[in-house]
Amino acid sequence: MPAGPHQLDGHRVAASLSAAAAGIVTRATDEWVEVDPERVQEALRWLHDSEEYDAAQLSNLTAVDRHTSFEVVYHLQSLDLNHQVVVKAILRDHEAPSVPSAYPVYKGALLQEREVYDLMGIRFADHPDLRRLFLWEGYPGHPLRKDFLGMGGGLTVGLGRFPNEDLANPDRQMNAGNLTSQDMPREAGGFGSSMASGGH
Amino acid sequence: MTTANEPYVLNIGPQHPSTHGVFRLRVVMDGEVIRDLDMIVGYLHRSMEKLAEERTYTQNIPFTDRADYLAAMSNNLGVCLAVERLAGVEVPDRASYLRVIFAELQRIASHAMANGTLVSDAGAWQTPLLYMFREREKILDLFEMTCGARLTTNYMRIGGVAFDPPPEFWPALQELVDEMPTRIDEYASLVEDSEIFIARTQGVGVISAADAINGSLVGPALRGSGVPWDLRKAEPYCVYDRMNFEVPVGRRGDVYDRFMVRLEETRQSTSIIKQAMAQIPDGPHKTDIPLALRPPPGEVYGRVEGPRGEIGFYLVSDGTPAPYRFHIRAPSLINLSLLREMAVGVSLPDAVVSLGSLDIVVGDIDR
Repeated sequence: MPAGPHQLDGHRVAASLSAAAAGIVTRATDEWVEVDPERVQEALRWLHDSEEYDAAQLSNLTAVDRHTSFEVVYHLQSLDLNHQVVVKAILRDHEAPSVPSAYPVYKGALLQEREVYDLMGIRFADHPDLRRLFLWEGYPGHPLRKDFLGMGGGLTVGLGRFPNEDLANPDRQMNAGNLTSQDMPREAGGFGSSMASGGH
Repeated sequence: MTTANEPYVLNIGPQHPSTHGVFRLRVVMDGEVIRDLDMIVGYLHRSMEKLAEERTYTQNIPFTDRADYLAAMSNNLGVCLAVERLAGVEVPDRASYLRVIFAELQRIASHAMANGTLVSDAGAWQTPLLYMFREREKILDLFEMTCGARLTTNYMRIGGVAFDPPPEFWPALQELVDEMPTRIDEYASLVEDSEIFIARTQGVGVISAADAINGSLVGPALRGSGVPWDLRKAEPYCVYDRMNFEVPVGRRGDVYDRFMVRLEETRQSTSIIKQAMAQIPDGPHKTDIPLALRPPPGEVYGRVEGPRGEIGFYLVSDGTPAPYRFHIRAPSLINLSLLREMAVGVSLPDAVVSLGSLDIVVGDIDR
């Protein structure tokens, strides 16, 4: 639905990919094309070399944890034809996800795959230097996984809810000027009053 | 006892002026020549992408300030455009012009910093840096005048911008854009004909166009290698399609070209600001959105051309007020993909200048 201005229809890419390599496409939508994770390198190589798609640059590589599977997302860019192709690989093994590295096709995958390995725990086979990027070796777990609960004492990050959110009326307008000073929690004898009384 | 020329390990950083932040290089040296290089990052890792999953889209805008703290406006703009496309929010015309003005001011400020520190790395200690900081200071004053902050601006909002600039903003901006071309000529004269600067930068850190594309380089690092790729032209957002400007490119892909591309881009940015000031209409500067915006389930990859290149936001929504996945495509990190190849086989001072020419911001690398 909110496809980019120059993003190609996934069905069109799927048709060309299937014609070139039978059985490589597992699913296609308007926005992206899903390929067999075992053959992702072959799909990227074909899109990179193809004259019709000319996917010269890997602009973004990331992953999404879907609780029971992982999605590895590749945003490919043609600089000459000015269009974008989105490729996804769905990894069904949530315990030990692994996918072939894009590095043999795109050198720009070097650090992006290390980042995904560090934070998501997805192994990239054939990556020349697959080490953690931000966290140290031996760090327990991979923080961007949805089942990573890193904080002790049952604490969660963030606020339970938005401070002034009206839960009974979730579509209340933020900028309509109906936030009054009474919405703001203010403690008696706060900073302002101690200043006024010249405390020290 | 023999004095064999044995390789040794040299540790640079994490606190070292030539690493531009808490960034550590571990190099294996053979005399003056680098045989191997490993970068160690993560000292500034704040796990923004995880934190973002617990916060609303609006609450996530301040995180983007702190990702690339030298280009807060561009990062704000990138995340707002991505959310607006995901949720289908319309932006008033005046807000789009204000966004262009502030994004281009940010580009000038960031390039002044990048070029100033690069000249410092090349041996012209501090004087050009401080010259270039003079205009950066005026730009930061304009930011402060408008939104109260100089670096972590948190100025853009989903559906517009936070504030209309105050009346005293416009004369100050006019004064700045009027004097900017002569200031840029002054910077150019400081270094263009400097034999030392040319010797330290020409033919150093060369990246071919093919390598730059394959290595996912973006921004001045890509354009310095002669690839005319700029998202403001390729995928015009805001009102860039109504602006008349050029995309400067280099020829040899060396440090000098990347420097000159940045310098020329500040000229183009000044021209864009002038055009935007002439065209900006009256009207509201933001649209109303729900307090807890709930975009429909789906995903979006929104991107803008920041000072360091493509800043991408890959957002996945599951229909709740907080994003299911919030990924920042950081140009500073990905521009380092070719660092090892650039550095191996050259001398240490050349590697330092090459690193400086890639214009990294460690907050953007580590996030």
